[in-house]
Amino acid sequence: MESVGLDLLVEELRDTFESGKTRDFSWRKAQLKSLLKLLEEKEEDIFMALYKDLGKHHCEVFRDEVGVLIKSVNYALDNLKTWMAAKKVYVPLAAIPSSAEMVPEPLGVVLLFSSWNFPIGLSLEPIIGAISAGNAVVLKPSEIAPASSEFLAKNIPLYLDNKAVKVIQGGKRVGEQLLELKWDKIFFTGSNRVARTIMSAAAKHLTPVALELGGKCPAIIDSLSGSRDRKVAIDRVVGGKWGPCCGQACIGIDYLLVEEKFAPVVIELLKATIKRFYTKREYISKIVNMQHFQRLSNLLKDPAVAESIVCGGSIDSETLFIEPTILVNPPLDSDIMTEEIFGPLLPIITLKKIDDCIRFLRGRPKPLAIYAFTNNEKFRKRLIEETSSGCIAFNDAVIQYACDTIAFGGVGQSGFGQYHGKFSFELFSHSKPVLRRSFLTEFSFRYPPWNERKLKFMRLLYRFDYFGLVLLILGLKR
Amino acid sequence: MGENLPVFDGERAAELVAELRTAFGSRRTRSYEWRAAQLKALARMINEKEAEIMAALYSDLAKPQLESFLHEVSLTRSACLLALKELKRWMKPEKVSSSLTTFPSSAEIVSEPLGVVLIISAWNYPFILSLDPLIGAIAAGNAVVLKPSEIAPATSSFFARTLPEYLDSSAIRVVEGAVAETTALLEQKWDKIFYTGNGKVGRIVMAAAAKHLTPVVLELGGKSPVVVDSNINLEVTVKRIAVGKWGCNNGQACIAPDYIITTKAFAPKLVDAFKGILEKFYGEDPLESKDLSCIVNSNHFARLTNLLDEDKVYGKIIYGGQRDEKRLKIAPTLLFDVPQDSLIMKEEIFGPLLPIITVDKVEESFDIINSRTKPLAAYIFTKDKNLEEKFVNTVSAGGMLINDTVLHLANPNLPFGGVGDSGIGAYHGKFSFEAFSHKKGVLHRSFGGEAPARYPPYTPQKQRFLKALLNGDIISLILALIGWPKS
Repeated sequence: MESVGLDLLVEELRDTFESGKTRDFSWRKAQLKSLLKLLEEKEEDIFMALYKDLGKHHCEVFRDEVGVLIKSVNYALDNLKTWMAAKKVYVPLAAIPSSAEMVPEPLGVVLLFSSWNFPIGLSLEPIIGAISAGNAVVLKPSEIAPASSEFLAKNIPLYLDNKAVKVIQGGKRVGEQLLELKWDKIFFTGSNRVARTIMSAAAKHLTPVALELGGKCPAIIDSLSGSRDRKVAIDRVVGGKWGPCCGQACIGIDYLLVEEKFAPVVIELLKATIKRFYTKREYISKIVNMQHFQRLSNLLKDPAVAESIVCGGSIDSETLFIEPTILVNPPLDSDIMTEEIFGPLLPIITLKKIDDCIRFLRGRPKPLAIYAFTNNEKFRKRLIEETSSGCIAFNDAVIQYACDTIAFGGVGQSGFGQYHGKFSFELFSHSKPVLRRSFLTEFSFRYPPWNERKLKFMRLLYRFDYFGLVLLILGLKR
Repeated sequence: MGENLPVFDGERAAELVAELRTAFGSRRTRSYEWRAAQLKALARMINEKEAEIMAALYSDLAKPQLESFLHEVSLTRSACLLALKELKRWMKPEKVSSSLTTFPSSAEIVSEPLGVVLIISAWNYPFILSLDPLIGAIAAGNAVVLKPSEIAPATSSFFARTLPEYLDSSAIRVVEGAVAETTALLEQKWDKIFYTGNGKVGRIVMAAAAKHLTPVVLELGGKSPVVVDSNINLEVTVKRIAVGKWGCNNGQACIAPDYIITTKAFAPKLVDAFKGILEKFYGEDPLESKDLSCIVNSNHFARLTNLLDEDKVYGKIIYGGQRDEKRLKIAPTLLFDVPQDSLIMKEEIFGPLLPIITVDKVEESFDIINSRTKPLAAYIFTKDKNLEEKFVNTVSAGGMLINDTVLHLANPNLPFGGVGDSGIGAYHGKFSFEAFSHKKGVLHRSFGGEAPARYPPYTPQKQRFLKALLNGDIISLILALIGWPKS
């Protein structure tokens, strides 16, 4: 598509937005309901698209994308009225008589870039927020998941208001053309490298951005004593590593931090659990494309890294399949430990004492998530206070994504701007303060010409010395 | 900056950031005690140095004492005291209900400091626009570099001299300087950049921040309109507009009224009332009035006189227009029905010139406002409740004030910040704390309540179960807890 065409398209969206239509509660509600209908009626098509793009099993698709989306739309529908309502704000005495509130208003026309690993979930989740907040939207799905992109381009116009929500398919060039236009917000999910380009482009128009990036999310496994706890923990680790899109997930577990003496237990349990879960190859997604397949195989080619493999390691370029692979203590300066892995390789880094993990983490960029499996209350508290990450989850992994009451988003190198639930609504709204005054009660003290008496008045007012104030007004105080 | 010091270049900026990073890494700035001590010291500084502050502001802007006291000293002090009073509450983790999907679990939101932050402030309110964000940054537990504006040199040097006497210099620093120093600072990696100023520099700041993926707050300006309906209390209205315009640094304020829109029929009355009130406020020769700030420097003086001297504008002056280049004084000036394509209607005025635009019906003013970029503030004077509602619902602006001007800025319970071209992000009160904090989601789970349906091998039963779980079907959940389904 030519950029002239894109120009016109954005103009159409701006006209729609200016018409005020998207601000109506009824419009927002209708769109959300249609989205729900899309998810219910097109479930099979979504399963198929994701199978084509990523070899994702439909159960995984439901768990990570369709199901979570249905939950999110329902949550938005339940709460929309409350979110949209103006919030009364307390007015300090000095400003009385007046009333104040915060009125959420839509930003305008927003641009969403989604990514290929959860091509439906990461496209529709921000759309839910953008629509709830009353914006017009352009979605640019990732070209790396073409079947899903195609699905969205075909179906969104069938279900959502065509004049206010558009899908633009394409690759880098289309992305660049879109970035030349002026938006009221840009929401991006993807890599740091592209994020820099996005933010630089946004700076030209002073457009606010939300950047949902990734990072190396660690899982810390304390030396759990109970065998049941161990089993549940490792189930969740395996589920959090290979479950979501074969490790190609921004909040997937990147590596493990384990105490030296506990490592053998963890490795044995991991091996057994992998065997128990992945009885068929179809239960695990494939690597998205040849480029990423190469990238991941290259990580393993480093001899020192190859040496550290204790389980798995077989690859099949034909089917783009990489076996769940466990590595123990690959060199910390190797690519696998300096770059985000985004694939089914799991390094285990052993520590003398589990507490050492805090120092280890503090020397590294802030990840999107930190996971810790521990029953030690003190240790948890230390982790919360002494490490920094987008979020932190104890005794589980990835599941915080589905929790609407806590915000989802990064900090530092893992991005900024939070969404999910009410935070999505707020991300795509401007919370406009409105202060209302009447024409009554005028104090001449507010106005020039200035004199000492007026200054004295102000001093009292700011000290909240109301008694002195009254005296002054009555002329009883000098 | 002392004359013998080496230039503040990228290298020195990098050293500075490294030192602050060490200070932040020591975790000292995180403690409640440190934050409270810094805020207390700041409040003490404001009390002890009030005279010096007022003198600096007078030297930079000839700001009337009362204005300095009211808008800079007092507001800053209240912001500081409010932060001290509320700090414990702000820092406390917020418990939130966790959803059924993650049951059984508990969730909270923990506010953590971002790290090392940069504050670049502006010259028009050089005191409060430096300290107000600083208060937020300290309250949130960050290490901070403050770069005051070189265009208000007395205030800048006051900070460089005095802040180290009161605050922990290992974590809070002042860097004085202009473009070169700012550029050196912007090359560094920060955890947040807070900038107050204009859109042009705002773009540069954001582009520099993009290289390091640093989030920014941009406090910019814009042409803040005032709509005046005809059913109002005229005297109160013109007073409130006049004090918001000329009584705020002689119009050199980001939320000062920029232009007025009123009806053709009402305009003559409004103009007359303005003339009366201006004479009452500033006398017959306003250039001699002690109650008006001067224009900050000759660049801005030239910029403003250019606006006035444009051919299609000059003839529209209906009041004022006097100027004194030597003393950098421009009188309060009213202009009537200047063309929309004139410079004065295109650019933010940021000075004592006030154009009055007329429309046939007052509602038309909303279209005029909406056809422009979003302003930092929008004002309306009306007794018509319907018009007021329409204004609130159709006009977009950083903030909105009905029947007054500027005052909304003084309410710490309201966020202050722009939207669209008037900026990104908001602050004041708790919003300042939040602007410099990361709200970290914390989810606590136990090892109980395991749903095997999460894991492969996948079966149709597991899929049905997941559906019930994600849809919040409690019955299925209970069944799951007592051990169903066992596929």
